[in-house]
Amino acid sequence: MQTVATTIDHTIREDYLPGAGDFFALLKPRVMSLVIFTALVGMVMAPGDIHPVIAFTAILCIAVGAGAAGCLNMWYEADLDARMKRTARRPIPSGRMDRQTALHFGVALASASVLVMGLLVNLVSAALLLMTILFYVVVYTIWLKQRTPMNIVIGGASGAFPPMIAWSAVTGNVSLDSLALVGLVFMWTPPHFWSMSLFSCKDYKAAGIPMLPVVSGENETRRQIVIYTLLMVAVSLLPWFMGFAGPLYGITAILGGSLFLWLVLSLFRNKDIKTAKRVFFFSIFYLFMLFAVMGGENLIGRIF
Amino acid sequence: MPLHEEHKKRAGRNYALAGILLALVVLFFVATLAKLSVI
Repeated sequence: MQTVATTIDHTIREDYLPGAGDFFALLKPRVMSLVIFTALVGMVMAPGDIHPVIAFTAILCIAVGAGAAGCLNMWYEADLDARMKRTARRPIPSGRMDRQTALHFGVALASASVLVMGLLVNLVSAALLLMTILFYVVVYTIWLKQRTPMNIVIGGASGAFPPMIAWSAVTGNVSLDSLALVGLVFMWTPPHFWSMSLFSCKDYKAAGIPMLPVVSGENETRRQIVIYTLLMVAVSLLPWFMGFAGPLYGITAILGGSLFLWLVLSLFRNKDIKTAKRVFFFSIFYLFMLFAVMGGENLIGRIF
Repeated sequence: MPLHEEHKKRAGRNYALAGILLALVVLFFVATLAKLSVI
């Protein structure tokens, strides 16, 4: 029989000891995979050479730092997660882990990733990694998320920084080119999250999170998605215009951006959940495709 | 949870931690060699 113990703010299972799977789930592995991928491409695009061992260390630190930020987000939002269907099965709200363990795990990983980055890669990358983790945990999770519908617009910056961190691991500085990559992920974040919030609106309402559809309604959200997609398509062309991404990337950005725009315009007209889901899943494919083509074209150009 | 199962899970967690620490030692060693241009 399952026994439970009530702590100050939630219930934990006494018959269960958290295993590796629970700790891994705290790291938000799906978010981490996107972070690793964009960071890898950022590293490929950066001018100059980096020793493979140092490159591996930098990507590892970025991945662990992103995981730590996700873990600290789950620690802080455990009560909110328990109220949302999408997040109720996470380790803390489901009672498989207590909050204190998650906090210790997150702080240990964050400290270790920044320290190792500073010691083995360079101080600029370590400072950027620390800024990213703090931005996600303090600015987004603690400050903005429960206060303003613009939470993911500003907070999205933390998800956009990894390519810049990886770039600085190679060059030791921050350039306009790396900021263009940040801009691309930054402008991609609102259409991505707002399309999800259109079909998770009840969840956000139940948890009291002021996402745009909850505060301003679904029509306004669809309008904002169109505006931000237009901006995103314009920003996606910057790497090509600035000359550090090739023509294949330019063509992909135009075609992919046009398809994205067509989808969000049909979402604006149709107003159904099916189209919102289509926009959400396409947005993931779109970002993977842009970065894959950008990195792939650059690698092929370097080899031949 | 039966005691032996809890011990087994705790032992697994300790081995995982030892593995991570060992991997860090190896990483630091190899990265130092890379920085010194030995490899």
